[in-house]
Amino acid sequence: MQASDRFNINSQLEHLQAKYVGTGHADMNRFEWAVNIQRDSYASYVGHHPILSYFAIAENESIGRERYNFMQKMLLPCGLPPEREDD
Amino acid sequence: MDAEIAKAQEERKKLEQQLASEQLASLNSVTFDTDLYGGNNPFEGYEKSIPVNEDEENLDTVDSQVPRRLASYTAPKSIMNDMPRGGDDDEALGFKKPQKIIDREDDYRRRRLNRVISPERHDAFANGDKTPDVSVRTYADVMREEALKRKKEETLKLIADKKKEEEAEKEKKPADSQATQKRRNRWDQSQEDSNAKKAKASSDWDLPDSTPGIGRWDATPTPGRVGDATPSLSRKNRWDETPTPGRVADSDATPIGGGLTPGATPAGMTWDATPKLGGMATPTPKRQRSRWDETPATMGSATPGATPAAAYTPGVTPVGGVELATPTPGAINMRGAITPEQYNLLRWEKDIEDRNRPLTDEELDIMFPQEGYTILDPPASYVPIRTPARKLLATPTPMGTPLYAIPEENRGQQFDVPKELPGGLPFMKPEDYQYFGALLNEEDEEELSPDEQKERKIMKLLLKVKNGTPPQRKTALRQLTDKAREFGAGPLFNRILPLLMQPTLEDQERHLLVKVIDRVLYKLDELVRPYVHKILVVIEPLLIDEDYYARVEGREIISNLSKAAGLATMIAAMRPDIDNIDEYVRNTTARAFSVVASALGIPALLPFLKAVCQSKKSWQARHTGIKIVQQIAILIGCAVLPHLRSLVEIIEHGLNDENQKVRTITALSLAALAEASAPYGIESFDSVLKPLWKGIRSHRGKVLAAFLKAIGFIIPLMDAIYASYYTKEVMVILIREFQSPDEEMKKIVLKVVKQCVSTEGVEADYIRSDILPEFFRNFWVRRMALDRRNYKQLVETTVEVANKVGVADIVGRIVEDLKDESEPYRRMVMETIEKVVADLGASDIDARLEELLIDGILYAFQEQTSDDANVMLNGFGAVVNSLGQRVKPYLPQICGTIKWRLNNKSAKVRQQAADLISRIAVVMKQCQEEQLMGHLGVVLYEYLGEEYPEVLGSILGALKAIVNVIGMTKMTPPIKDLLPRLTPILKNRHEKVQENCIDLVGRIADRGAEFVPAREWMRICFELLEMLKAHKKGIRRATVNTFGYIAKAIGPQDVLATLLNNLKVQERQNRVCTTVAIAIVAETCSPFTVLPALMNEYRVPELNVQNGVLKSLSFLFEYIGEMGKDYIYAVTPLLEDALMDRDLVHRQTAASAVKHMALGVAGLGCEDALVHLMNYVWPNIFETSPHVINAVMEAIEGMRVALGAAVVLNYCLQGLFHPARKVREVYWKIYNSLYIGAQDALVAAYPTLDDEESNIYSRPELTMFV
Repeated sequence: MQASDRFNINSQLEHLQAKYVGTGHADMNRFEWAVNIQRDSYASYVGHHPILSYFAIAENESIGRERYNFMQKMLLPCGLPPEREDD
Repeated sequence: MDAEIAKAQEERKKLEQQLASEQLASLNSVTFDTDLYGGNNPFEGYEKSIPVNEDEENLDTVDSQVPRRLASYTAPKSIMNDMPRGGDDDEALGFKKPQKIIDREDDYRRRRLNRVISPERHDAFANGDKTPDVSVRTYADVMREEALKRKKEETLKLIADKKKEEEAEKEKKPADSQATQKRRNRWDQSQEDSNAKKAKASSDWDLPDSTPGIGRWDATPTPGRVGDATPSLSRKNRWDETPTPGRVADSDATPIGGGLTPGATPAGMTWDATPKLGGMATPTPKRQRSRWDETPATMGSATPGATPAAAYTPGVTPVGGVELATPTPGAINMRGAITPEQYNLLRWEKDIEDRNRPLTDEELDIMFPQEGYTILDPPASYVPIRTPARKLLATPTPMGTPLYAIPEENRGQQFDVPKELPGGLPFMKPEDYQYFGALLNEEDEEELSPDEQKERKIMKLLLKVKNGTPPQRKTALRQLTDKAREFGAGPLFNRILPLLMQPTLEDQERHLLVKVIDRVLYKLDELVRPYVHKILVVIEPLLIDEDYYARVEGREIISNLSKAAGLATMIAAMRPDIDNIDEYVRNTTARAFSVVASALGIPALLPFLKAVCQSKKSWQARHTGIKIVQQIAILIGCAVLPHLRSLVEIIEHGLNDENQKVRTITALSLAALAEASAPYGIESFDSVLKPLWKGIRSHRGKVLAAFLKAIGFIIPLMDAIYASYYTKEVMVILIREFQSPDEEMKKIVLKVVKQCVSTEGVEADYIRSDILPEFFRNFWVRRMALDRRNYKQLVETTVEVANKVGVADIVGRIVEDLKDESEPYRRMVMETIEKVVADLGASDIDARLEELLIDGILYAFQEQTSDDANVMLNGFGAVVNSLGQRVKPYLPQICGTIKWRLNNKSAKVRQQAADLISRIAVVMKQCQEEQLMGHLGVVLYEYLGEEYPEVLGSILGALKAIVNVIGMTKMTPPIKDLLPRLTPILKNRHEKVQENCIDLVGRIADRGAEFVPAREWMRICFELLEMLKAHKKGIRRATVNTFGYIAKAIGPQDVLATLLNNLKVQERQNRVCTTVAIAIVAETCSPFTVLPALMNEYRVPELNVQNGVLKSLSFLFEYIGEMGKDYIYAVTPLLEDALMDRDLVHRQTAASAVKHMALGVAGLGCEDALVHLMNYVWPNIFETSPHVINAVMEAIEGMRVALGAAVVLNYCLQGLFHPARKVREVYWKIYNSLYIGAQDALVAAYPTLDDEESNIYSRPELTMFV
């Protein structure tokens, strides 16, 4: 840890990760980051009603159905995690 | 079975012996009925206070029977406190010596050391239905023991009572009225023939018990002794006699008594086992000890109460035995056996002895020249001192060389240097040897049994926690926690708890050990059950510690303990202590119970409490039960409300209890409950109203005080009608008690009056007619002003009364007293008037009263002599301000007084007069007395030559107040004369002068700059530069603002030139303030007037100047905010240069300038310039210096706001998966702060990732299109 980190939120990386789930770290792999991105995206779609209704029109679904689908997709947004190569 | 019977018999025998011996103790102390007379002090029966929080009822029969002994003969505390002590230097330097807990404890709190760490108990849960082993202590055993103890106590009391009666009868007979009889002492009665001897000898017995260090001297056959002493028995110089066993028989002392010195039996449970036996077995050394107690170094004084816990444990009696044996002179190294105090004393005494050894003739011969001196014969009347102590000191050097002799080598001796500890263990204090001594034996750990190894490991870890360095401590603590279950509860607590009972423990050490317990508790969970009582014994004293944090810590442990052990175990562990004979134990147990209640919930504890409070067996149990309720109320406050009714029901019968103490505590508990539940819950108290109000008619003294206190807290909860009715009921008693001579009663009565009067239903008329006359007659007397607490309480109550009956009534009654001859009384009157008038205004005061008031205030103001002048000043200010325009007629008189006092010889008086002007300036303006103010202005102006800085500061403050109200144009003396007079005062370095002066100058610069020529302002500018050095922030801020005003008045050029020159100075604080001033000038006079000169200054090839310019820019952009969009393009080249500079500070300051700039122009269309600057900032992200990297990160955050998260994300993406870890770390850090700041905005900007075989990474939703 760098000396400068003592003064900011990065000083407690664990705490940071616990508080903001989407934050990353140097050992993150492509899959984990992608999962975060997907979940953030779905959360954002669900959270902005205009976007949600836009998707609903485009897919010809009800808004509630769309919301439900997005929430379901947040469970495993990218499928199962790939096998670890080195361990 | 036989063994058990034998054991029981032995125990009974012991008990009987104890009874016999303690009869002595109780006879020595109880000489008359303490219940009736309350000890020697006639006021002792009264509590010093009946506080809600710190209620200590320690006036039981138990403690009055334990004789109050003096720890040592010493000067009164007040004198000791005043005496300068050597150690204070360190504290002044900021090094506070670690303080022992025992040093700050009072006698009551020290009673914690009397408690025994009880052996572990049976855990009913762990063993299921099995019948516990006989060797295990069960709940029944403990209860039986307690009952036995109580019975013993009762018997003792009976015996003492009987003795007392006998005494009383004897006293009646005139024949017995000899001096000897007055001693009421056993020995005197049995051996009246040897009275003369006894009178002296008995003093020895009053002293505390002795220590082993004493006995050893007489055992040494010293060569010098035979010659020099021809002791006469008349001098009773026993030292010189050979101790013969036969002497014991004829001696004046009973050997048993020797083992049981009255002072040394703290609670009758420590000594009784060991020393008695020892005393009988080897009486000889005991005998001779007596003389030694008279030497100045009474070593024994600390020991008896402090014999370490090890000695208490039943069955183990090593200490007593060693003490009584005759040790050899080299006994110091018997580390394990002597207590730490003894060790310290020995060390100390040895040192003193060596230094004070008298000079021998040989030594004198060597010191003085041979010629010119004659040896005189001692005068005939001279008798050499033969006190044994001094003589003994002479003996060690009978014929040896008085000079330095090479000491014989003795490898076994330990001197005072503690042995080096093996294995990197921390330093061990002498006190620690007792506990950690085993670690010194360098045994081969392999050979030890697993249990011993475990024990050793625990000791090592504990020692590290206690004495180690912070890292050592941390790892040791972690190991203890992790391995807690492996070590087991028994070994752990058997090591930790005795340490906590160590009398020499310091705060820090206790904190650490308590922390260990806390951690270990958490791990052990239900395994702690057998040890609950042990733990409580050491933790409970924390609950009454004077240190707040210790109390909190104690609560936390007990709360964790009760969660780990469960309610049943907690109750089983503490139930026997509830009716313990020692009040201390009951008190701490009650507090511990309240913690348990708050941890496990009150409902769980209610059935138990109910049973305890109704106990028929002993009043102590009822008392403690009710006290638990009180402590619960204090501890959890308004959270009692849901259980209020049940709690009140549980204790209500206590109001009619046969025991007075129970009645008192019940009333106090009700008071605590009412206070905690205020303003709700009156319905729960319905059932106690009647007994309370009836009780106040039948009780007197302390009980009455407690009842009144409860009433005082209950009345405010009532509805208006009831409150009025009940107040009237209680008022009769209150008014009667107005006359009570007892200080405590007075305070409580005042408090209750305050509480009653402030209640809604109590009418003003009633107060006026029924309470006020008596109230004023009894309380508004001079004596009340002398005691600080009475004074405060009376003022508060009177203010409360005034809130009901109005200003006129109260002020009218006391206004005459402003002219009273006692000054403290006048001050009390003044303070009351000030508070009343400030609260309620002066509209009620009629013309006559107004006249009296002003007259009185002037009198009191003029007559004051004491230093505490603020009361008078505040009072004067408050009255004048509340009267407003009505003081107009009196203003000339007031100003006359002020003028007179401004000319006074005393500096204080002058200062006060000046302060008064600043208080009343606003009112003078209201009264249109501008002429008068002008006059005062001139007078103050004339006094500007004042030499006392405090007074000068006040005079400047007064001038400022006048200038503020009458304005620049009307001010006399005119501003153009006033300001030049202020310029030299700016040089004054006194803080108060500086502050008032800069405020005044700043005010003039702001409002009346045009009255003063520009040249004068420039002169002031130069003076102001010096002011930037001031320590006080307020002064620096005022100075910097003044620069702005001046620049506005005379144009920025000259001021700026001055300031830019000041950037070259060395002092950092000065430069920083200058940069702030530049920024302020830029803000007040528009940036374009300043920027060219400022940027030009950057060309000066000097680090400080360039950095100063950058810093000014940073402040400037911070201050001007949005206005920055017009200047951003102008300064960009300069910032480019700075961001590429080699010097770190350049880049840091430039980065912070960029940050402020970016934040200021966000959304104003300057993105092109910002992106350009961002490209210069970005390469700095790998800086490691904390300030620089912080500034850079903040600049990037600023860019996020101004350019949007997407732009910064694009900068970020390149490094998130960089092959070098160092790079990745930095980039993820930036990403994280970006993410935290703008998570939602990033969704649209994330890169498109392609799917892989089984994983979907793409976000098809974003490509949807209608």
